[in-house]
Amino acid sequence: MKGFKRQKRTRQEPQQRTDSREEQTDLVKKDAKLEDVLLENDVLSAKSKSVSRRDLLKLAGVGGLGLLLGGGGVGAVLTASQRLESMMTDADTKDVVPFYGKHQAGIVTPAQDFICFAAFDLTTSDKERVRSLFKAWTEATATMISGALIGNDNENLNLPPSDTGEAAGLSASRTTITFGVGPSFFDGRYGLAELKPAGFRELPRFQGDALDDQWCGGDIGVQVCANDLQVAFHALRNLARIARGTAVLRWTQEGFQRTAQADPAGSTPRNLLGFKDGTGNPDTSKADEMNRLVWTQASDGPAWMGGGSYMAVRRVRMRVEVWDRSTLGDQEDTFGRHRSSGAPLGKAKEFDELDLAATSPEGKPTTPPTSHVALAHGDGSINILRRSYSYSSGLDKQTGQLDAGLLFISYQRDLFKQFVHIQEKLARNDKLNEYIVHKGSAVFACFPGVSQGGYIGDTLF
Amino acid sequence: MKLRYAVPAGVLVSSILFAGCGQTGTANQQPAATTKDAGATTQTTTPAAPAPNFDQAVAAYRAYATQQCDTFVKKTEEFTNAVKAGELDKAKALYAPARMYYERIEPIAEALGDLDPNIDARDGDVDAADWRGFHRLEKTLWEENTTKGLDEFSDRLLSDAKLLRAKVETVNIDASLMVTGAVELLNEVSTSKVTGEEERYSHTDLYDFAANVEGAQKIYEILKTDLNQKDAALETQIGERFEALQQELAPFKEGEGYVSYTKLKPEEIKKLSQNLDALAEPLSQMGKLLGV
Repeated sequence: MKGFKRQKRTRQEPQQRTDSREEQTDLVKKDAKLEDVLLENDVLSAKSKSVSRRDLLKLAGVGGLGLLLGGGGVGAVLTASQRLESMMTDADTKDVVPFYGKHQAGIVTPAQDFICFAAFDLTTSDKERVRSLFKAWTEATATMISGALIGNDNENLNLPPSDTGEAAGLSASRTTITFGVGPSFFDGRYGLAELKPAGFRELPRFQGDALDDQWCGGDIGVQVCANDLQVAFHALRNLARIARGTAVLRWTQEGFQRTAQADPAGSTPRNLLGFKDGTGNPDTSKADEMNRLVWTQASDGPAWMGGGSYMAVRRVRMRVEVWDRSTLGDQEDTFGRHRSSGAPLGKAKEFDELDLAATSPEGKPTTPPTSHVALAHGDGSINILRRSYSYSSGLDKQTGQLDAGLLFISYQRDLFKQFVHIQEKLARNDKLNEYIVHKGSAVFACFPGVSQGGYIGDTLF
Repeated sequence: MKLRYAVPAGVLVSSILFAGCGQTGTANQQPAATTKDAGATTQTTTPAAPAPNFDQAVAAYRAYATQQCDTFVKKTEEFTNAVKAGELDKAKALYAPARMYYERIEPIAEALGDLDPNIDARDGDVDAADWRGFHRLEKTLWEENTTKGLDEFSDRLLSDAKLLRAKVETVNIDASLMVTGAVELLNEVSTSKVTGEEERYSHTDLYDFAANVEGAQKIYEILKTDLNQKDAALETQIGERFEALQQELAPFKEGEGYVSYTKLKPEEIKKLSQNLDALAEPLSQMGKLLGV
């Protein structure tokens, strides 16, 4: 068997090297010759620059990962394959979000169009196996965010392909994969209890919460975002596959927002209640602001979280049927903003300053004090970085109504001083509570970024 | 608050008119339908149009609410007396029927600040220390099967009910409250009664369901003539859908009351829920009465 396999692989080697994933499949079927492959590559690359980049990497016979990360290596390969050099353009790299760095990608990264979120539960009690999982996930992540196939067995007819293949030939689509661990990760199974951040625990029960276990908690949280839903799903699916035997999926939720195609201007996205959501988000381009609000500082403790961030996830069902029969006046008073412009009530433009002290001639506050914006803003001293997506998950089987809403995600330096502080106010008084219900909840301590040669979570292990 | 919306609406009307001109070249060539629609919309914003007078409707609704409150206090007293007398079965039997008088006029109580949570909060709606009212009693009566330890909750419920009765005299009712109140009554059904979350211990959700629908229907009936003049088709549609929902509820009647929520089949719950949405959607259009 083995000999036969090797023989086969040798025969197909040229195809392997030219692997743009999509063609690879076709080529195996057609048993085409190398010349045809290269020709086809050229045609493809003319159509899609981001595909051509991977073709280039594969043709050079080098794994995508090392190349993407080592600038010098790219040059060397280019020299070796002159005929493909012209394929490299700026457009190719714009589609890839760098993986290595001080912080994990997917936090201050501008929100991509889609999300596949997953919470995992570990099924092993062996810390070494957990470490191995994170190492394997690191390698797969670095490869997948570059748009390449994972593993080395994608051509062997006698094995299931190491990459599940549905993203073959698709661009990297600005994929980011962000990892964190939940409070249960520190429960003593792995001897890490003393490294648990002080006070890190599941969120308290907020007034009106109607949490359902099926959307709560998790030992590990993984946020996959990409500008293509299939690419995002592919990444999550492959991570789950790699985890089999060590961790199982606990819950997942897909989400979306308007795509860049539908809104090339990139204006503030609207939630499913029709209102702009995220106007008051802090400016991610300001490093100071991010250090103050988002990145846990080493001095905050524990040391392994320095450069990391705490993620709060809430699955918030929206009662869209009820909302749809509420008057525009009620809707605007509920949010405290005008629906059309996104401006604060009484103002004309979205980014006009919110003035909670403003009153009508009759002396009533222009912005109702229990409106969503008034409560969330408070005195303006406490903020979080929101990175939410809308979700639609078919029907509520019981009522036949839409199960749709918001997969709320926020990142903050301190979960309790920031998120919990705001959410407690909202849970008590927010006018929006009439139209929403919190069904899921989880928190994760997201690791700092990874440096080359390291792996996700290495500061903890 | 109303003024705030009158201005953009006016702007919208003029932009529709301009858009019409642009598309057709000259105003004379505008399709008849466009002219008619624009004309109708303009009319409602013209100050010369007589302001609709809802004084009579408001008076009729206040009379209804007052009468419901009177009975509510009486029935609540019978219920709390039974609790305090230790008559468990009697208390259980009186619980859901007493609540119906409240459920019919719930938007009034909601307009009165803390009264609604004090009377009707469910476990988790308010801080545990502040939780009182019907559902607090419900929990002990059904979960623990006893009337013990409920004297204070009983007294407070009765005094809250009496406070509601006193305040209903002075609460500010206008046509806007009536129109939104009708929809809110159905929203109440849609968000908690139809899912069995309201009466999680006694499972008497269908009593509340029926009462909320009756309260909404009462508002519709009071405004029916005005609505018919404004939009006859809408008025007919709402009437038909109330009828349909009542027919759907009918099989679940049992004696003077309703069957336990636990007896509903999943497909029956779903159908009730979807028919409720089918009614609430046109009902929310009653706001047309109020002008722009």
